[in-house]
Amino acid sequence: MSALEPTKLDRPRASRDWSAADSGTAKSVAAALRRADLGDRLRSLALAAPLLVLLALSFGIPIILLLSRAVYDPTIANALPQTSQALRGWNGTGLPDDAAFLALAADLRSNQAKGTAYELAKSLNARLPGARSQVLKTVRQLEAAERPPLEVMKAVPFWSAPSTWPVIESGTHSVTSFYLLSALDLRWNADGGIERVPPEQAIFVQVFMRTFFVAAAVTLATLILGFPLAYLIASVPKGLAAILIVAVLLPFWTSILVRTAAWTVLLQKFGLVNDLLLWLGVADDRLDLMYSRIGLIIAMTHIQLPFTLLPIYSVMRTIQPSQMKAAYSLGAKPFTAFRRVYLPQVFPGVMAGCLLTFILCLGYYITPALIGGASDQLISNFIASYVNVELNWEMAAALSFILLVFTLALFGIFARILGLDRLKLV
Amino acid sequence: MKITRARLFAFAAATAFITSGHTAFADELSIMASGGAWQDAQRKAWFEPFSKETGIKIVEQEYLGDLGKVKAMVDTGNVPIDLVTVETATVLQGCDAGILERLDYSKIAPREKFIEGSALDCGVGLDAYGDILAYDPNVLKEAPTSVLDIFDTTKFPGKRAMRKFPAQNLEWALMADGVAPADVYEVLATPEGVDRAFKKLDTIKKDIVWWDAGAQPPQLLASKEVVMTTAWNGRIQNAIDKDGAPFKIVWNNQILEYDMIAIPKGAKSPDLAYKYLAYISQPEINAKLASYITYGPVRTDAASFVAPDALPKLPNAPDHMTAYLVADTEFWGDYGEDLVKRFNAWLAQ
Repeated sequence: MSALEPTKLDRPRASRDWSAADSGTAKSVAAALRRADLGDRLRSLALAAPLLVLLALSFGIPIILLLSRAVYDPTIANALPQTSQALRGWNGTGLPDDAAFLALAADLRSNQAKGTAYELAKSLNARLPGARSQVLKTVRQLEAAERPPLEVMKAVPFWSAPSTWPVIESGTHSVTSFYLLSALDLRWNADGGIERVPPEQAIFVQVFMRTFFVAAAVTLATLILGFPLAYLIASVPKGLAAILIVAVLLPFWTSILVRTAAWTVLLQKFGLVNDLLLWLGVADDRLDLMYSRIGLIIAMTHIQLPFTLLPIYSVMRTIQPSQMKAAYSLGAKPFTAFRRVYLPQVFPGVMAGCLLTFILCLGYYITPALIGGASDQLISNFIASYVNVELNWEMAAALSFILLVFTLALFGIFARILGLDRLKLV
Repeated sequence: MKITRARLFAFAAATAFITSGHTAFADELSIMASGGAWQDAQRKAWFEPFSKETGIKIVEQEYLGDLGKVKAMVDTGNVPIDLVTVETATVLQGCDAGILERLDYSKIAPREKFIEGSALDCGVGLDAYGDILAYDPNVLKEAPTSVLDIFDTTKFPGKRAMRKFPAQNLEWALMADGVAPADVYEVLATPEGVDRAFKKLDTIKKDIVWWDAGAQPPQLLASKEVVMTTAWNGRIQNAIDKDGAPFKIVWNNQILEYDMIAIPKGAKSPDLAYKYLAYISQPEINAKLASYITYGPVRTDAASFVAPDALPKLPNAPDHMTAYLVADTEFWGDYGEDLVKRFNAWLAQ
């Protein structure tokens, strides 16, 4: 921060000011100033350019490409060109005319010829459960060509069901809001409005709330544990402080998977924690610490503790003990001195540590999977499942997008309240 | 550590060697399997004898069994593997998504020689495994007689573990609710059937601990976290045979599934891959895996080649085939995604 003190940087600019003023009007001064500023900015941009290009190539562009899948899914539109054409004039209610049925039959046959019928079936199935087998069945019957295509289409009840055609119609638009709405437990209803999905299908809003709750609880717990510890480390002699810092950092250097596995050993039903509680007589019976919210928060708190503690400690270290003494000598009681002299100075460190922990917690994945129970899975677990298991990357992109928006919004609110320049990381 | 120039050169040379390694030998076959005791067994039963016989070097890779990784390879056009092992439920998914090659069985083995459902368009069966119930007789005084006993909390109180996945659990729930095995998938295809299955699961929901990885059930039993658990039979047998665990397996009402192997789209040496598939699909070779892990052969004519001491431990041994259900891959291909979503919502409630 001290590098940005005004004196050093402003001096050359001030001298340019003088030369500009010598040459004439105030206007040219301003122009010269702008030119000089622009030069400065371009130079610093050029210095940062390699990093910015690397960031854009390896981080920005892939993320944008992946997130774009949340709203751009051309599979159905590409697979059903004739149907798209035929549905142009359809008003969206009831069944479309026979031309649409024939167009769909033609599209299905051409997909079968191109070998993309399965891909189409899967894509439709994601939006309309059960569609997969109906598409494949119809394709087989159309292939057999025992009856005219229109008759085949009309004979499969699925194609005459009221819910089928609106889904096909919405699929023929490459840009879709389907996945983003699903990520918020919403959907389009038959009248073109947005409604909540039925409660037995609603899931993501609850999981988002849970993710934010767990992140907040862990942040609070690390703060309660980390603040006094940071204070202790900052106030003891150097040698002891070094030992304490190593004690904090040692688990930090261990893989997160190892630490999580270690907690399963400790927390399990016949594990050390339960043994200890029984022996101390604190608990009457063995507690279910594994596969529970409380176990998850304990393990995550342990893993996140250094992230909250280190920024706080780095700020505390810079505060002179003499300031507190000065406050006492001016008549402040210990608590008043703490509140009015110490706390305001530590505050940026506290906020930085909490922000770091909170945002990291939003992305937790391994620990909830191993220690949390079924109702303790966080949003990242669902994103991972859509990417790896269900191969529905559109849905994963939609969930990631919503998470990113929430995270950025929180970050924005935080930056607004505190000001980013006051953030003090390690 | 001081990084000297010599060290840097050594590192660069090593990296160059590793990266070029994949193309250095012409006859090299890259297989990605899901690791653990199962991959060890495949190495002994198939990889090593195949290399010895043909001179083709097998490069092994491991993954978690999730097709996302394979999809990423195929989508980016860089497919460093020639064969990948998959579960039956995922074969269909990978087939539909166009990331697995449709197989030419004329290059492998006659399709009708495989147990029904183990020779699919995009995947050929490797072995048969059972979803079974396991318990520790030192903990449970009375022995369960069927997998469906997991729903009986009065006779068998305590926590029980099930796989965090709708497949198998919904089938068992319906059977425990009185649906005949033959009708299970028909009932489960209706909304009422799904409601019925979830209602049955509701009755034991608070007693269930959920597992994700195949290694978890033996651990959950050993740590006495649960009194019984559903599991893949090989994992439990492995704990019994290798670790001396006192567990018992309940075969009654097991669900039979097949492990599959597939060729990803864009594989570099499909010819070698077919050569390997043809090799392991010979009945006497197919039966060899059972000597290393207790998963049964998928060729109908392979039973006579299974080592006599391994036979009674296999899921498709005659003794274990009195009451069973064969997992319906078509059903899970159709309804899987929807049921997984419903299941996750149910879990979260």
